[in-house]
Amino acid sequence: MGAGHGHRLHYHGHSVVHRAQAHHKVLALLGFMLVVVATPVTWYAVFAAYAVILLGVVAASRVPFGYLAKRMLIEVPFVVFAVLMPFVATGPRIQVLGLSLSEAGLIAAGGFLIKASLGVLGALTLAATTEVPDLLAGLQRLRIPAEMVAIASFMVRYLDVVTAEMSRMFTAMRSRGSDPRSPRHWPAMARTLGALFIRSYERGERVHLAMLSRGYTGRL
Amino acid sequence: MHVPDGFLDLPTSAATGAVAVAGVALALRGARRELDDRTAPMAGLVATFVFAAQMITFPVGAGTSGHLMGGALAAILVGPWTGVLCVSVVLGVQALLMADGGITALGTNITLLALVGVVVGWLVFRALVLVLPKRDAVIPPVAFAAAFVSVPAAAAVFTGLYAVGGTAPVSIGAVLTAMLGVHVLIGIGEGVITALVVASVLKARPDLVYGARHLRPVPTVEEVSA
Repeated sequence: MGAGHGHRLHYHGHSVVHRAQAHHKVLALLGFMLVVVATPVTWYAVFAAYAVILLGVVAASRVPFGYLAKRMLIEVPFVVFAVLMPFVATGPRIQVLGLSLSEAGLIAAGGFLIKASLGVLGALTLAATTEVPDLLAGLQRLRIPAEMVAIASFMVRYLDVVTAEMSRMFTAMRSRGSDPRSPRHWPAMARTLGALFIRSYERGERVHLAMLSRGYTGRL
Repeated sequence: MHVPDGFLDLPTSAATGAVAVAGVALALRGARRELDDRTAPMAGLVATFVFAAQMITFPVGAGTSGHLMGGALAAILVGPWTGVLCVSVVLGVQALLMADGGITALGTNITLLALVGVVVGWLVFRALVLVLPKRDAVIPPVAFAAAFVSVPAAAAVFTGLYAVGGTAPVSIGAVLTAMLGVHVLIGIGEGVITALVVASVLKARPDLVYGARHLRPVPTVEEVSA
């Protein structure tokens, strides 16, 4: 299994951004995005300034922009939503290329796209420059309840194991001629998922027993 | 698909953030009763399972697809409190490590998918289980109903939030109709898959289905230690 080091979005490096404390990065992203979300949608010059700041951080992180740009595709469903907005929004309408669009809808869609894009790029930069253990330690320092951090640490630790197990099960299904995505084969897919739940649950029990045998007392 | 940054205004995002913090704090207390010192490893592995299950998408027509929310499924399999924790952790990890769902919208996403999805699913499930015959055979259909109702319920709450803090002037009636229309379809997929998964676990390891525990005798000490 190609789990290797780091998580899927991580881009190995030693830049200033990589070396910054994880909790500072999370707080910076949260603060930045709160300001972005609070900014009125028509202050385009201010958004340009935000973009320059964010791109400056990306440049400082030495993560290739193409690496992040490819992964910004996660945004596509929202782009579709934003494109629909001017058609369904109310208010005075204007003609653009022969289409009757709501002016307020256009402005809102533009603002939403700008804010969502800044959010996705910022979050990608955080993910690309932060290792999982550092992020978890950072969350603990931010007073996220220890149990939540512990649950998250087990989740990311076994993420590759469980998703790889699922993909092997789906490969087995496909090699027997059924398609996990098709509703016709939902019964087989659901049995697979049920088996995956039982395996995950039993893995959790084994991990817990292994921890107990190494002196675990309920606190990490 | 999770709510991104900039979809709802700041006051609404902050308010749902406060709701999410309160809900997760309550769930932490409740989960200790469901799982005791096994909480961290068990809930962690179940969260991984919920994450994997959310990768399953199904067509809802017009070329779009929905994915499993997994709230009702988690509640029925591991109990509502643990379910809230698992789905919340999944959403947090998705926001911080996978750029899926905005960081300022994390409270909104936890409120919709973890709190509304799990709690509505669990309440429907418990209400139906209480009035129907106490047999294994009723559990999967009840799981269908619970998962089916939880999806449009989350969509309706989202529409309510949008009415308060939406950033585009859209007629709320139109949003509600569109959201409910799409999410009834997604709800059918969610319900069918949830029911089938619960049925298969019930067949293989009936002791693992939290929502069917009232149908089993309480295990004796010898059985537990065996």
